[in-house]
Amino acid sequence: MSHPLRGRAAIAGIGNTKRWNAPGRTPFDQMQEAVILALEDCGLGLKDVDGLFCAISSSGLPVLNAAERLGISVRHADGTMVGGASFLFHLQNAVSALDHGLCDVALICYGSNQLSAGGRLVSMPDPQPYEAPYKPRYPISSYALSAARHMHDYGTTRENLADVALAARTWANLNPDAFARGPLTRDEILSSRMVSDPITRADCCLVTDGGAALVLMRADRARDLAKPPIYVLGTGTAVSHRQIAAMPDLTTTAAVESVRRAYDMAGVGPSDIDHVMVYDAFTFTTLLFLEDLGFCPKGEGGSFVSSGAIAPGGSLPVNTNGGGLSCNHPGMYGLFTIIEAVEQLRGACGERQIQGAEIALAHANGGVLSSQATAILGTAATI
Amino acid sequence: MSPDPRFDGPGPEEVWLTALKEGRFLLQHCRTCHACRFPPALVCGACGSSEIEWKEASGRGTIYSTTTVRERDNNYNVSLVDLAEGARMMSRVDGVSPDEVRIGMEVQARIVAEPEPIVLFAPSAGGAS
Ligand SMILES: [Zn+2]
Repeated sequence: MSHPLRGRAAIAGIGNTKRWNAPGRTPFDQMQEAVILALEDCGLGLKDVDGLFCAISSSGLPVLNAAERLGISVRHADGTMVGGASFLFHLQNAVSALDHGLCDVALICYGSNQLSAGGRLVSMPDPQPYEAPYKPRYPISSYALSAARHMHDYGTTRENLADVALAARTWANLNPDAFARGPLTRDEILSSRMVSDPITRADCCLVTDGGAALVLMRADRARDLAKPPIYVLGTGTAVSHRQIAAMPDLTTTAAVESVRRAYDMAGVGPSDIDHVMVYDAFTFTTLLFLEDLGFCPKGEGGSFVSSGAIAPGGSLPVNTNGGGLSCNHPGMYGLFTIIEAVEQLRGACGERQIQGAEIALAHANGGVLSSQATAILGTAATI
Repeated sequence: MSPDPRFDGPGPEEVWLTALKEGRFLLQHCRTCHACRFPPALVCGACGSSEIEWKEASGRGTIYSTTTVRERDNNYNVSLVDLAEGARMMSRVDGVSPDEVRIGMEVQARIVAEPEPIVLFAPSAGGAS
C-alpha cells in the first residue's frame, strides 16, 4: 500500500535566472524573473497561481513583498523560514496544500543579490546571546566544530574534504551555466587560507546572486502542460536546534530523520536513487549528508568521496550542476537542488546528463545543520 | 485569571545575567529528573518540569569540539565545552595557544569581564592535555 501523497503532486515548471553576478538588481528582481521563467516553462500565467511560498534572506515579510511585486492575490501562502532548507519545507507543505485543495497552482520562489550587493552572506537578524560573546564566524565556525569532531571520531581528513571540492569543480566544468569553472588542483585546495579550522576558503561555497522558482500542481492536472511532469514521490523534514551547542551529536544530523520520512513516503531506498543533490555549503557537508542519507555508513564519508564515487564517471552522481561550491550559492541554495534534479529527470542536462535517470534525491540544510529537508522526485516511469 | 505562579519572578536569562554580573556561574538543575539545562529556560528540557533549581557550577568541563578562528592579525579559540553537570556550552579556551586546544582536554571555567562578564575556560591544572 503506497503512501497517499506519493506522486500526488508534480513539478510542472522550473525557473532559474542563472544571473550569478548581476549588479543593479534587487532580490525581488531576481525572484520575479525566475517566476516568469517557471510559469512560461509550463505554459501557465500569474493569474493561475493561487498558492505562494517564499523565503528571502533580506526580507522579514517575503510573501507579502512577493505577492505585491508579482501582482497576485493568493488564497494559500507559506513563508516558513528555516534557512537554506526553507524551500524544501515549502515543497512538502505545497504537496499537502495541493492534495487538500487549499490551492491548485503552487509557486515556490526565491531571489538574492548577495554577491553584487556586497559579497557577504546576508543573515536575518536573529541574535544568539549565548554564542555572540565568543565571536564564532557565522556560520563557518559552527560547521567547523562539526567537521573537527567528525575528524576526531572517524579519522576524516582535509584531503577527503579537498576531494569533494574537486568533484564539484569537475561537474561544474561540464555545466556551461556554472559560475566557477576551470582547472582546480588538490594542492590549490589544500593550500587555501584557513578560516576556522579545519575549514579553509576552498571548503566554503561560493557567494553569488541568483533567483529560482518552481510551479507545482496535482499530478492529474500537471500531465496536460508543456513539459513532462516530475513527480514528488516523497518528502521529509526535521528540525533539531538553532545554535550549534544545542545539536545533540555534531557528527549526525537530523537528515537521518528527514530522509527516512522521504524514503518511507516514496517507497524507495538509497540503492534506488540515480541522482543525488545535497546542499554543499561546505565540502564537509557533502560528506556528512552522504552518510546521513544512507549512501555510505557513518564515518565512511571520507573514504567514500575520496574513492571517486561522487565525481563524473563515479558510482553515485552527486551535485551534478557543480553545487554550491562551484555552480552558485546566493545564500539560501536549497531551491537549486530541486532545479538540478528536475533538469536531470527531464534529460535536459547536456554533457553532464545522467543517462536513464528516473529517481533523484534532493537534500537541503538550513541554519547550522539545524533544519533538514529531503525530497525524492521521479519521472512518469516511477508512478 | 491571574498569571500562573510557577513562572513568577525574573525570567531565566535575567537570572543568568544577574548572577554573572555578581561573579557567579549558575546552572539550572531539574528537581524532578535532575537534568542540567543550558542555555537556561522556563522548564526542564528533559522532562518539562517547572521545578528548577539554580546551583553554582563546578566549572569543570571537557572539550567536545574546537576550532581556531583566523583573522588577519588575531587567531582565537571557539570551543564547545561539555560541562561536568551534563550541559554543553560554547566558550573560549584561553591561557594556551588556540592550536593547543584539543578535543577531550579538561578545562576549568572562570568569569572574565570583556567588559560584559562572560564565562571562559582554561586548561585544568594537572588535567589531561
Ligand atoms: Zn527534568
